[in-house]
Amino acid sequence: MIVDQTTFRAALLSPEAERPIGLSDGEGQPAGRRFDVYRNNVAVSLTEALETAFPVIRKLVGETNFKLLAGAFLRQHPPSSPLMMFYGAEMPRFLAAFEPTKSLGYLPDVARLELAIRESYHAADAAPIEPTALQTTPPDKLMASTLSLAPALRLVRSPWPVFALWQFNMAGGPKPEANAEDVLVVRTEYDPEPVLLPPGGGAFIETLLSGAALSEAISAASRDAQDFDLSHLLTILIGRNAITAIGESP
Amino acid sequence: MSNMKTNLAVAGAVAAALTATMTAPAHAQAKEKCYGVSLAGKNDCAAGPGTTCAGTSTVDYQGNAWTLVDAGTCAEIELPNMADGTPRQGSLEELDRDLPA
Repeated sequence: MIVDQTTFRAALLSPEAERPIGLSDGEGQPAGRRFDVYRNNVAVSLTEALETAFPVIRKLVGETNFKLLAGAFLRQHPPSSPLMMFYGAEMPRFLAAFEPTKSLGYLPDVARLELAIRESYHAADAAPIEPTALQTTPPDKLMASTLSLAPALRLVRSPWPVFALWQFNMAGGPKPEANAEDVLVVRTEYDPEPVLLPPGGGAFIETLLSGAALSEAISAASRDAQDFDLSHLLTILIGRNAITAIGESP
Repeated sequence: MSNMKTNLAVAGAVAAALTATMTAPAHAQAKEKCYGVSLAGKNDCAAGPGTTCAGTSTVDYQGNAWTLVDAGTCAEIELPNMADGTPRQGSLEELDRDLPA
């Protein structure tokens, strides 16, 4: 007798379920306990993958609570790809809906930041522009141009102090205060790094990422923050090798 | 602001940014990516999961309650209510999940 895949999979993700009937080992003997070992290893491995993937969430809720959370997550969202490096994309939505964590409003955004850092790590390389190209392009032409940003760049905008929460847990930063924070994840060389954006920076980057011209990005940023400082933003982008092309506006 | 003034402002910002970037200390040496040299547990890259294939000898954790003893750093962080009334700092509520039979 052969176990069908649906039965096997259902039993795999539910520790209380009966072992599928009909499994046998290499000797033709019933292999129920082997299935238990396998079932355990699936859950433990995915839990470990999530621990590696979300170190800040793990610190925030505590190790034991994280294991409970991971156990619930992996059963609701088993991997849809064999590439573990991208496992856990549904975590922000999960945390917002999961009963024990939904009162922690900032958790989903912290998870988004952790996902962004991982995506950044695995994103394609791209050569930055020669910074002087910004100076040699006439200002009126530059204003009407688009700026392409590196594939490894990610923007996380949040009403919560996500950068401070990240720093507090990963880099010994001070206790977070209640501020909305926009974070840019950049990969200057090989390792991604979260950078706190100054006022208006989130709107500026978001507009650039939409493919709009530099002038529109400056307008959006100035609407968002009166004290928007363009040269500060450009310093961040140039210094982090984040601008990859100056393009014609469509 | 007239176009001329805007353009001047942009040119000024670009010049300032270039100066700031140029005067920043240059990276002493371009880093090289190296593989497989991290000590176990000291893998300082942000690659995420999937980078090891170690077998596992621990047990799938079954339980039905959050433990406040091990409540993590969220217990230390107090954030005021957000404008939408989202409650502040979380009490970790009990996880109501069925125990395996």
